[in-house]
Amino acid sequence: MSAGTYTPRPGAAPLSRMIAAQAALETRMLLRNGEQLLLTVVIPTLLLVLFSAVDIVGTGSGEPVDFLTPGILALAVMSTAFTGQAIATGFERRYGVLKRLGASPLPRWALMAAKTLAVLVTEVLQVVLLTVIAFALGWSPEGGPLAVLLLLVLGTVAFSGLGLLMAGTLKAEATLAAANLVFLLLLVGGGVVVPLDRFPDAAQSVLGLLPISALSEGLRDVLQHGATMPWGSLGILTVWAVLGLGAAARFFRWE
Amino acid sequence: MSSEPVVQARGLVKRYGTRTAVDGLDLEVAAGAVTAVLGPNGAGKTTTIETFEGYRRPDDGRVRVLGLDPVRDAAALRPRIGVMLQSGGVYSGARADEMLRHMAKLHAHPLDVDALIERLGLGSCGRTAYRRLSGGQQQRLALAMAVVGRPELVFLDEPTAGLDPQARRSTWDLLRELRTDGVSVVLTTHFMDEAEQLADDVAVIDAGRVIAQGSPEQLCRGGAENTLRFTGRPGLEIASLLKALPGGSEAAELATGTYRITGRIDPELLATVTSWCAQHGVMPEGIAVERHTLEDVFLELTGKELRA
Repeated sequence: MSAGTYTPRPGAAPLSRMIAAQAALETRMLLRNGEQLLLTVVIPTLLLVLFSAVDIVGTGSGEPVDFLTPGILALAVMSTAFTGQAIATGFERRYGVLKRLGASPLPRWALMAAKTLAVLVTEVLQVVLLTVIAFALGWSPEGGPLAVLLLLVLGTVAFSGLGLLMAGTLKAEATLAAANLVFLLLLVGGGVVVPLDRFPDAAQSVLGLLPISALSEGLRDVLQHGATMPWGSLGILTVWAVLGLGAAARFFRWE
Repeated sequence: MSSEPVVQARGLVKRYGTRTAVDGLDLEVAAGAVTAVLGPNGAGKTTTIETFEGYRRPDDGRVRVLGLDPVRDAAALRPRIGVMLQSGGVYSGARADEMLRHMAKLHAHPLDVDALIERLGLGSCGRTAYRRLSGGQQQRLALAMAVVGRPELVFLDEPTAGLDPQARRSTWDLLRELRTDGVSVVLTTHFMDEAEQLADDVAVIDAGRVIAQGSPEQLCRGGAENTLRFTGRPGLEIASLLKALPGGSEAAELATGTYRITGRIDPELLATVTSWCAQHGVMPEGIAVERHTLEDVFLELTGKELRA
């Protein structure tokens, strides 16, 4: 490199370009990670195919796929916005990625916006894949797309807040363990593949307040039963979103 | 280049709980120079540089970097500085060129990424993920990330730690090129030779304070005295030799026939010693002048070895 190569010429790139570049990088990191793909693609797909073919869990009257698909879509949102994002962000914090980006021209809010975009892009890919598989399995959805979209977005915000809260406060290894454990527990107890009415009454009323139950039951209300707007589920998700994001904003540590 | 200092710290204090990491530090860093912050592990080097970078909020004192407050004016400052952390800072699954291209995209007028990859020998990283790169490759990538945005000022926290000698010299060459092109460089190091070879200005830090600052030559001259050694016939008359030497010099026979003179060793003194030897029929062999190094200066200033 010749003389004058390094002559200072500082300056931040336009904000939109920075966010787009950051979102593209975050998405690539997500899709390249094998464990993440297991969580976000392989497990939801397997559960959908397996339990549609063999009705082990007793999904009630009607086609199993009509019961399962809304739950699996909720699981997909949780796997990306909560589990995947918590683990990835926890290790980025541990390895100084967040710290280093903090000294770059990219503002912190823009980094968070880019992370959200990466989560949304991944979710779009998941939803496309899972609905194609569901249709192939004979899925016949009811309801309108607006309520579904609203549920998915609110669910994403709620799970992102909780995931970032975990990633920004616990050690990376603890986040890894806890995020996977929560994923497993909510998969079983959150109305994803096992109907909530299989649990005792007392347990049902508590489980029904979980964000995963609100999302899976809300999606089921619309897609299986044709509800126009599942206000109860939307309300529960809104409370989780406010609590999760508020706590994350308050307690998140960048290093 | 402006002649304003690029970094000004006055009475900087930073505490972690009850531990005081930086304890009233004063430092000015000249524009367009390579400045080394030198000190043993735990002296407060990293805390100091991270305060300049805007990561730490000072508990007391005043810090200005390029005339800005690193915490309050962070948004204006960040595009103008380049930062190399002591370790990490890269997605474990990212490739070297991918991360560097990404950092370039965050800046308005970045360097040519391919040329920078070649310059720092990062081409050999290929498609390997960051977590599987060697320590040296990770260090060079972090350095590339610090300079790719064409900053006015770069902060490098131990830029050559863990590098082999060849990679170290290559890094030094790059830092000299940065200086030639008008970039101000602040680096921390606990390598004396790095400070001696590279720095225009050295700030010696111990226990969170700057205890000496100046060019390597100034520091060495101001510090310990130099030494002249030679061997000759055993039992030379030291008193007679001392009489010939300028005041303030000392002479001693260390082992049988091995002599040491300490003081201001200059060409006249050397001539005096050899002519005294000639008068006394002594053939001085193995004459060696030992210049004192920053290492000796450091030991004298702090009473500590640098590399603990």
